[in-house]
Amino acid sequence: MFEGNGAELVIRLLERQGVKRIPGIPGGANLPLYDALGASRSIRHILARHEQGAGFMAQGMARTTGQPAVFFATSGPGATNTLTAIADAKLDSVPIICITGQVPSQLIGTDAFQEVDIYGMSLPVTKHNFLVRSVAELAHVIPEAFRIASPGRPGPVLIDIPKDVQTARIRLSELPEPAQPDPVEAPDVLALSQAAQMICAAKRPILLLGGGVASSGASSVARKLAEAASLPVTMSLLGLGALPDAHPLNLGMLGMHGTRAANILLEECDLLLVAGARLDDRATGRLERFCSEAKLIHIDIDQSELDKLKLAHLAITADVGAALAGLLPLVQAEAGQIGGQCEGRGPWLARVAQCKAENPSQFPGLDNPLTPYGLVRCTGELLASSEFSSEGEGAIVVTDVGQHQMRAAQAYPDLKPRAWLTSGGLGTMGFGLPAAIGAALANPARRVVCFSGDGSLQMNIQELATAAETGANVTVVLADNGGLGLVQQQQDLFYGRRIFASDYRVRIDFVKIAEGFGVRALDLNLSRDPLSDLERALKREGPCLVRVPVAAEDNVYPIVPPGAANIDMIGGEPARDMIGGEVCAAKGGN
Amino acid sequence: MTGSANDKITPKGFMALRLTVNNHPGVMSHVCGLFARRAFNVEGILVTPQQGGDTSRIWLVVNADARLGQMIRQVRKLYDVLEVLAFEADESSLERMDECMAGWEQAGPCAEIGA
Repeated sequence: MFEGNGAELVIRLLERQGVKRIPGIPGGANLPLYDALGASRSIRHILARHEQGAGFMAQGMARTTGQPAVFFATSGPGATNTLTAIADAKLDSVPIICITGQVPSQLIGTDAFQEVDIYGMSLPVTKHNFLVRSVAELAHVIPEAFRIASPGRPGPVLIDIPKDVQTARIRLSELPEPAQPDPVEAPDVLALSQAAQMICAAKRPILLLGGGVASSGASSVARKLAEAASLPVTMSLLGLGALPDAHPLNLGMLGMHGTRAANILLEECDLLLVAGARLDDRATGRLERFCSEAKLIHIDIDQSELDKLKLAHLAITADVGAALAGLLPLVQAEAGQIGGQCEGRGPWLARVAQCKAENPSQFPGLDNPLTPYGLVRCTGELLASSEFSSEGEGAIVVTDVGQHQMRAAQAYPDLKPRAWLTSGGLGTMGFGLPAAIGAALANPARRVVCFSGDGSLQMNIQELATAAETGANVTVVLADNGGLGLVQQQQDLFYGRRIFASDYRVRIDFVKIAEGFGVRALDLNLSRDPLSDLERALKREGPCLVRVPVAAEDNVYPIVPPGAANIDMIGGEPARDMIGGEVCAAKGGN
Repeated sequence: MTGSANDKITPKGFMALRLTVNNHPGVMSHVCGLFARRAFNVEGILVTPQQGGDTSRIWLVVNADARLGQMIRQVRKLYDVLEVLAFEADESSLERMDECMAGWEQAGPCAEIGA
């Protein structure tokens, strides 16, 4: 039995779904919801400082746990502020549920105060959205939103609730059951056996893993399949972490800032097996020249991703984890018939090893925390040391968007699925800090590090207040180059070195700013012993900011020029007669 | 309704898509918005309520270009779309749609609706 108003019903249904935290900001049109939330014993509210920040906090929760996360905003500007975080979740397939207040039903369509058509505005960026028209609909819509957000290809859902629906009284003889994800259909057996034959018949196959592998928890089965079928593995930005760096089959990331070895070997492969990746242009480069000689097997849970950009020779609509698990015994059986290994794989594996040895990644300054690559690697090594990992689960790595993001993708040691949070599809500067706060609050026992740049940090810097207020265990490692580094890099390389509108003339004192928000901070450049100061900052309870000045002229290599083929990447070659600077071993191991 | 201009594609004739959808005020936005943002033109639309008004049938006349299969997959993903079927069609159906309204038109436009 339930008796109460619409807002109380919403909170009750959210409690029954197991929601524990809701970031958001109250306003005129969602105050009934807040009044009901204030009375909840099991849901903690996190007061964000901007609705976009609230959305990214929800993303930090959802990306680490895999469970849908809810956030609140009011009507009008509150609602429009959520859109970037929702669009980001759409492109990276993250299950978040945005609940907005709306002006009362009778005022909809009159240009009332703080009225916008957020239902219409959010259509193209949500998996589905609802405008709730009566209090009775709530009992259906709230569980339905959970049923939509996470199964299949996850995505954002928006629920717009007019104020009069929140205050209307309702009596229900029983509450609807919390939504459970629908069972996923098993992959087509015939298609799988055809795939197994193609894999074993191929001379030069490569396995490409995307974000779908991380979100379906398929990393370990992907690794088993790669090992069973001797498949060299490359990963998209969101697929990183499926294999240890040093694994001999690991080629590293492909695409615009991928490894030279991955981009070169993809050009040579005769079979590409794509699992849970959508062949984004940043990953493939010029599409006509991407694996142009290879047959394509494409596995994705979203059928509309298959044949979208590149026609597959074999397209399998399936949960990637189920499909790879189904493939594994088939490949083992195929291989078993011909002597334990897929036929003739030896020369290809030798070529892979040779290519990796010839093209080790170039990460200058790796053991100096005051360099762009060093701050990433040293942070990773400190966090991997026994003191941090003793509690079982390792650190969660979050990035903002820019050069620091690419460097983290390239050089952070042994990233892990669901512990690598980065804005891939939308590339949203400002993602990092709020997503890190959300991740920290949803995983209180774990340390969260957020690599950011001064450009990105300024886009949601107000959330330092939320970090201070919640005491979230977030260490922001800020690579401060006084400008928009990745923009400068493109202007430097492709616009005649005309650096325009991408350098900040005011140098901001980020240490002072952070301290002003109540967050501890230090400038690593002023430190006598940067490595141990960095370690102390990473160990501290609560939020902390570490500023590291870096040179704006330092570009990220290799880079595939926009619109060019991956194979035409610039830079990142090992210097044959290198003087000064350091050459490091290939990240993918040898 | 037009998406964005797509002059380069020479139509190989028309197809008619028959969508069965949940009938509520937002469903047209979902369907039309999808076609617009994927830059796929819709040449004609006919919407009729079905039994009891819980569902509607949307007929879309579209160019039969190479991306149609992809569009149908995208339409199937819409939550409120219950079924999508494709039929071969031609221009004549578009003309006949207009004819259906001819009787109303003959009486001339209404003056007294406050518009």
